[in-house]
Amino acid sequence: MWEFISERGDIIAYNALQHANLVLQAVLVATVLAVGIAVVVDKFRFLDPIANTVSAIGLTIPSFALVGLLLPLTMIGALTAFICVAFYATLPILRNAVVGLAQVDKTLIESARGLGMSEAGVLLRIRIPLAWPVIHAGVRTSVQMSMGIAAIAAYVLGPGLGGYIFTGLSQAGGVNAVNYAVVGTVGIVLVALVADLLMLLLGRVTISKGIRA
Amino acid sequence: MTQTDQAASGDISGAELRLENVVKKYPGQKTPAVESLSLTIPAGEIVAFVGPSGCGKTTSLKMINRLIEPTSGTILIDGEDIRKDSATSLRRKIGYVIQGGSLFPHMSVASNIAVVPKMLGWDGKRITKRVDELLDLVGLDPDRYRDRYPRELSGGQQQRVGVARGLAADPPVILMDEPFGAVDPITRQRLQDELISIQRELRKTIVCVTHDIDEAIKLGDRILILQEGANIAQYDTPDAILAAPANDFVHDFVGAGSSLKQLSLARVRSLELIHPTTAKIGEDTGPAVRRAEQAGDDTIVVLDDRDRPVAWPWLRQVRSHGKVQGEPRENLVTLDQAATLNDALDTMLTAAHSKVIVTGDRDKYLGVLDFETVTEHMRKTEREAQDHA
Repeated sequence: MWEFISERGDIIAYNALQHANLVLQAVLVATVLAVGIAVVVDKFRFLDPIANTVSAIGLTIPSFALVGLLLPLTMIGALTAFICVAFYATLPILRNAVVGLAQVDKTLIESARGLGMSEAGVLLRIRIPLAWPVIHAGVRTSVQMSMGIAAIAAYVLGPGLGGYIFTGLSQAGGVNAVNYAVVGTVGIVLVALVADLLMLLLGRVTISKGIRA
Repeated sequence: MTQTDQAASGDISGAELRLENVVKKYPGQKTPAVESLSLTIPAGEIVAFVGPSGCGKTTSLKMINRLIEPTSGTILIDGEDIRKDSATSLRRKIGYVIQGGSLFPHMSVASNIAVVPKMLGWDGKRITKRVDELLDLVGLDPDRYRDRYPRELSGGQQQRVGVARGLAADPPVILMDEPFGAVDPITRQRLQDELISIQRELRKTIVCVTHDIDEAIKLGDRILILQEGANIAQYDTPDAILAAPANDFVHDFVGAGSSLKQLSLARVRSLELIHPTTAKIGEDTGPAVRRAEQAGDDTIVVLDDRDRPVAWPWLRQVRSHGKVQGEPRENLVTLDQAATLNDALDTMLTAAHSKVIVTGDRDKYLGVLDFETVTEHMRKTEREAQDHA
């Protein structure tokens, strides 16, 4: 086992970084997208149950199935993997962002307007910062979930550690089958742990001291 | 309020506010929320909008900064139609103070106060200076409070910061919506006193919505009493309203026992103050105690370097230290000279001395009011009232 790792150390580290990179980019896009949609939902409240249903149903689609559905459209490669991860990453953030924005005290919004803040100013300086602890929690969940989704997305030759798992599966019974599977799985868990730690730090830095729990 | 009081203070920095046939009708409602309100508020005065809930007083207030757009009619500030500019730039020129302060919890005290100046593009240095100036004006020590967050402040302190935020860009008109509704009675009375004291200095045009007639009588240079549909029941000075209610509605609203209400009309400054021994923080106790003993006082009023009272110890407490000691200023209950006799009696009831320290602008020490002076004044007014009858 140790030999297996030390022989492939560089490439494993590279794949771990690729894995993290895929998740990072997908979650970044997902956050912007989810908050954007949530702002629209917050303006037109009748969309609220629709958004909730979509995110609930979305999470029940097996990721493997989504990869399959995407294949004819986007072909084999990193793009398909990215779209797949970003799709799932959006859902928990969307849910939290809708709840977070709805929780912002209406009198605070009115006083911000009363002080002469523009609608964009109210959104960027009052509503999003106040909803941010809840949104951030959604992003954190999303990062964890995306680590697993990214492994599945490796089926279509997406980047990352998922490839090891599939290699292990396809070589079941072979000499290195278990090694491949273990390296893939443990690697993803480690990357996820580090990412969660970084998310915690991000929360410390970005959530105002005045509203931190 | 009295004319002499206005003459004694700073220049008017407020602007005249005029409402002409202002109507607000909500779709789907038979009767308009505001039927047709016409009103002139002179520059530099506080006008209290008062009336039962649902009378349209808050709607009327919010039309002035266009949080609610009137269905018809015109509102003029300093002769200019408020629709001339965009709603946001209008609001940056009108202070807005809301119940409980309504501070943004994720911003520090300083950033809360700086909201409007920042939008107006002031440079950083000017903003910092202004924030400190305002904190000082509302009686909070800038060094202690500017970096705190709202949740680290008491209700009264939050409300003070709310007032500072409303004053930040030095607007000529300030709107206050139940500003002191969310604090306990003693804090409310102090905040009212402070507002009167600040207004003495700044002379803004202030519109203050309240449901509390006593607050209206205390704060208002004039009171606007509204009936349902924002119909004016009476618009006059507190004295005139108490002396001659325009109709039964006003009479009922102002309340029975109007002669007792006179207690909320008479101000502390109209009474004579006594002047017990004072000492500065850091002074040697020996001479101070001797001065007190010669004058026959058993307490000493301790003042800080800006003549603000900070402590009121008994002589034996003073003797136990080498130098005169101060305490955090907010621990000492004082009364502004504009406080009513009602407030004075309230404060004495809860104080240890059956006397109360009276302060003027920026909490400067003026003297001490004792219980006998208040009761003597009450007896005198009663005798006068009987003589008239």
